[in-house]
Amino acid sequence: MSPLTQNQDWKNTNKHNTTRLAKWTLAWVISMAVANFGPQFIWQQDLITIMAIGTNFMMGIGMILANRRQLLGLDELQQKIQLNAMGLSLGVGLIVGLSYSNLDTTNLIASHAEISHLVIIMGLTYLVGIILGHRKYQ
Amino acid sequence: MKNRLKVLRAEQDLTQAQLADLLDVSRQTVNAIETGKFDPSLPLAFKAARLFKLPIESIFEDEQ
Repeated sequence: MSPLTQNQDWKNTNKHNTTRLAKWTLAWVISMAVANFGPQFIWQQDLITIMAIGTNFMMGIGMILANRRQLLGLDELQQKIQLNAMGLSLGVGLIVGLSYSNLDTTNLIASHAEISHLVIIMGLTYLVGIILGHRKYQ
Repeated sequence: MKNRLKVLRAEQDLTQAQLADLLDVSRQTVNAIETGKFDPSLPLAFKAARLFKLPIESIFEDEQ
């Protein structure tokens, strides 16, 4: 096999891994919505709710494995950019999350600290980390 | 770490994208190595050495 063919395989594998991750993420998001809104609008039985939450959990496991495979398929600079972005996201998520929780437990904010706010902060921080990483190594 | 990747690539009349294809990395990675923004791992440095049929130390040089 020629080197150029090999690289085409590498690119195709990456593309395939990214598509697989997108599909697992979509399935996880849909199963999350079903598990959250199903008991309110579609069914009232606890057993179905447990099954929906279990399905969502399993979809999450699948998404993690797809994410792992996608990361391992990247080249070393791309992995470094991802690692830096994930580290930033984890650090900011931890610090902001605990401060936010403290504000809630000490009643300094009127509303309850919602986990979804933390997820949004982590997602945005990860996105900023990826953009900064790509700009740094441009 | 300094390197002669850009010179060697030019001697072989290769574009960054073509060299990236030969090394199984992205074009961004080749560019980052050439500009000294990113130091490659040993396996990638050896791969470049094999590609250009040169000893690794004649491509990559420690700046210290």
